[in-house]
Amino acid sequence: MADDVWILGIHMTDFGKHKDKDALDLGVEAATGALRDAGVGVEDIGVLAAGNLLGPDSFGQLLQKQIGQTGIPAYNVANACATGATALRVAIMAVKAGEADMGLAVGAEKLAGMGLLTGNERAAGNGTWVPSGRYGAVAPLDGLVGTETMPGVFAQIGMEYAYRHGEVAFEVFARISEKNHAHSTLNPKAAYQKRFSLEEIMNDVMIAYPNTRPMCSANCDGAAAAVVVGESKLRTLTLEQRRRAVKISASVLTSDPYRDGCQVLPDINTLTRQAAVTAYEQAGVDPDDLDLVELHDCFATAELVHYDNLQLCEPGGAVDFFNSGATWRDGRTPVNVSGGLQSKGHPVSATGIANIWEIATHLRGEAGDRQIPDAKVGLAHVIGLGSACGVHVLEKAAVA
Amino acid sequence: MGQIPLVDYLVLGDEPRLVANECTSCGARYFDRRNACARCGRQEFETVDVSRTGTLRSFTIVHFAAKGVDVPFVAGVVDCAGTIVSGNVVNVPPDPRHVSLGMDVRLTTVPVGTDTAGVMAVGFGFEPVAERE
Repeated sequence: MADDVWILGIHMTDFGKHKDKDALDLGVEAATGALRDAGVGVEDIGVLAAGNLLGPDSFGQLLQKQIGQTGIPAYNVANACATGATALRVAIMAVKAGEADMGLAVGAEKLAGMGLLTGNERAAGNGTWVPSGRYGAVAPLDGLVGTETMPGVFAQIGMEYAYRHGEVAFEVFARISEKNHAHSTLNPKAAYQKRFSLEEIMNDVMIAYPNTRPMCSANCDGAAAAVVVGESKLRTLTLEQRRRAVKISASVLTSDPYRDGCQVLPDINTLTRQAAVTAYEQAGVDPDDLDLVELHDCFATAELVHYDNLQLCEPGGAVDFFNSGATWRDGRTPVNVSGGLQSKGHPVSATGIANIWEIATHLRGEAGDRQIPDAKVGLAHVIGLGSACGVHVLEKAAVA
Repeated sequence: MGQIPLVDYLVLGDEPRLVANECTSCGARYFDRRNACARCGRQEFETVDVSRTGTLRSFTIVHFAAKGVDVPFVAGVVDCAGTIVSGNVVNVPPDPRHVSLGMDVRLTTVPVGTDTAGVMAVGFGFEPVAERE
């Protein structure tokens, strides 16, 4: 039986604008913060997994050149918005396989001021039409055959939920955003920390109906890193290290299985459902047991469908579940008490570790003003469009 | 001729239509050039016509897009008798009061532009069945 794996140390930088820092500075800050939190040094780490989508290649090695070139294997990972979770999963797998006692996972991104993430710009028409690519297209298709913008794609995903399960008012999506922006007022690391009224959200600039600007994830800079350790190694560490260690009860990564239409509109539902089912089984945990959830609310329309995909509600019942108040921080299943991607921010490669940091911080009882009282079990979820889904279940537990 | 389709799965003519690559083993349909079937892995396909009418399964009204993309416009996902198709919803105001989920739509063509040789590229969209009668 493979060793259970624990989080020994974890750190997240402030999310927001870091004008004078590059992705490497942020990655170093997160990595050294995680090592310090773990009470170990870089020489104790046996494997490194690192992700940074928009920066130079070989981010892992660049990081080593700043914090310690110890000769360990470095895995550079890229999995869209699930990059951080994938890095973490690589470190966990290496520890589980017995190839290392401890692993370090790092995700960093510089995104502040990036604006809309979209398809290609359309060049001004000159020359003659020449079919190219796998569709034999004579022009870029974004805007001519549907939309390739992220707000538009995820808007359609939310609207498709309404098609299948009954009308979802614009106001419901806006209220989800209202919740997350309210939550972030308690999070000193969030990019926004500003409450928006429902009216402000609904009347803000429309990006892709029904997503207005505050209902879209905030592009910002940030990084997060985690040190993971095998249980047998953990038993040899100090009482303080063991006391603050957080158990990873489930670590799952999926890609999308074929479904009709999934190559036309991305199906972010099926792979999330499959990841959740596997994670609950691995952890021996029911959705009802969760004290808090950080899920991938890249847009307000996405948060709604994931209530259902993560089985937080009855099938088809996401709207009623949300309207019951369940996902506010004082509700039955608090969701995105950090502020989520809409308000805490979404520095892509950092996100899949930052949400783990949020859960771990509550389980350690160190979340300050936004602490969910007596939190014992939490779930972190990310989606990288394409798609990849990472689900981790964390538990406050004593080392056996 | 003077016309070229925006994509090779649009067939122009008196009755413009979309065509799909259908896996001869499992029936999965695709619009791109295929190497193999993502559902069953087989490599034989035949070209089949897609229904010219369908139901609007999802939509968004895009107000912000890349430079050069005309906004606002309605992007939709249409269920054409079981084949899921991406396309703009056209000949309707880009406003949630005029576009609704479950709406019946039909295929239509849309001019894209004319190149320096005088050839017009023609794209497609879906228009509400009810509005034009």
